[in-house]
Amino acid sequence: MTDTRKSRSSGDWWTVYGGPLLIGVLSVAGLLSALLYEGVGRYFSWLALGAPVALTAWFYARRRKSKA
Amino acid sequence: MVHTWSSLISTLFLLLLCITGLPLIFHHEIDELLGYDPKPEIAQPGAVKRSVDEIARTALAHDPGRVLQYILWDKDEPNNIIAFTNSKVDGDPDAATLRAYDANTAKPLGPVGGGPMLIFLKLHVDMFAGQPGKLFLGAMGFLFLVAIVSGVVLYWPFTRRLRFGTLRDKSRRIAWFDWHNLLGAVTIAWALVVCATGVINTLAEVMLGQWKANELADMVKPYAGKPPPVHLASLDRTLENARKTAPDMNVSFVAFPGTPFTSSHHFAVFMRGDTPLTSRLLKPVLLDGETGDVSDARDLPLYLKALLVSQPLHFGDYGGMPLKIIWALLDIMTIVVIGSGLYLWVVKRRKHRSHAMAGQPSLQPSR
Repeated sequence: MTDTRKSRSSGDWWTVYGGPLLIGVLSVAGLLSALLYEGVGRYFSWLALGAPVALTAWFYARRRKSKA
Repeated sequence: MVHTWSSLISTLFLLLLCITGLPLIFHHEIDELLGYDPKPEIAQPGAVKRSVDEIARTALAHDPGRVLQYILWDKDEPNNIIAFTNSKVDGDPDAATLRAYDANTAKPLGPVGGGPMLIFLKLHVDMFAGQPGKLFLGAMGFLFLVAIVSGVVLYWPFTRRLRFGTLRDKSRRIAWFDWHNLLGAVTIAWALVVCATGVINTLAEVMLGQWKANELADMVKPYAGKPPPVHLASLDRTLENARKTAPDMNVSFVAFPGTPFTSSHHFAVFMRGDTPLTSRLLKPVLLDGETGDVSDARDLPLYLKALLVSQPLHFGDYGGMPLKIIWALLDIMTIVVIGSGLYLWVVKRRKHRSHAMAGQPSLQPSR
């Protein structure tokens, strides 16, 4: 479990945590932007915090499409 | 093990928090709809604000035999003044009556809060169990933080062979397992922030006590041993003096002498700024209860600033209606993560018990 030097096919650090990490950083930026910057910060927060919801919807749509 | 037990112990309470929290996101809208959020009349052109002393007298006349604890100026409705009365200045917060008054006419507009949202709020904050209930939910929130962090660690062995966003439907168990991982992974930062700020909020009374015992005690040292004021100073005069001390700020609320937010001798006028951030960072001005003269004004200590800034991050009320809707969706996604986690645990236990392993694809960490 601590061995991160396996081949790419068995997963490396970035393929496992990369996606969630990017979404996480985006979420935190969204949480702070509406607090620190009126107007623009508010619009950014909607996009940044809406991303997890949109991404989930996209994964769901992709699965349905691949099944059809 | 850490993930299983920290989650299991906190699961029921976390579900309670997520479910009661969902309508609370929209409590302003719901209160307005149900008539618990009175609005001031449209101000006539050239309307002059009534004296605050007059509004205070009206409030006391409306609830005879009671005393004023706080007067609060609505941030979004500047003509809405909310008066808190109670049986005594340090009375039980649950016994306080909140009524709104029109700043231009001093007319009573109706009771504030109460109704079904108050029940949701009490369930969410302390489960009707007062301070112990609040601290208990804080502990449950802390366990949930542990569950989230341990989930990150477990994410590696369980998903290292899967692409991010994999949703399989081989079996019900695997389908829920994938949803648990996907929803947990995308909501994690939001869940950590909302949970951590919630835990901080459960410590509000403790922090306030700390401030009163240290910073406030130091500010009111010259008054030590003096009896409480007999005749209170004019509120208009007191507020005027507070505004002069913090000229670029507005009054958020005034705490009457003897209430939990001030000393027994002083009015505390809490001033706020006008940006989303500075409107949360209150600055108290202490004024002599008998003369209305400024005694002292100091910024709040860092821990109280942290508490005040953590509140919008918990409530999601600082980015308009779209942010509230996103807050609700993320909350629902978190409910699914908790529910699917519970389901996966039940299924795993059942399987261990029956030893009926044949034919079932297992969910083992991949090596």
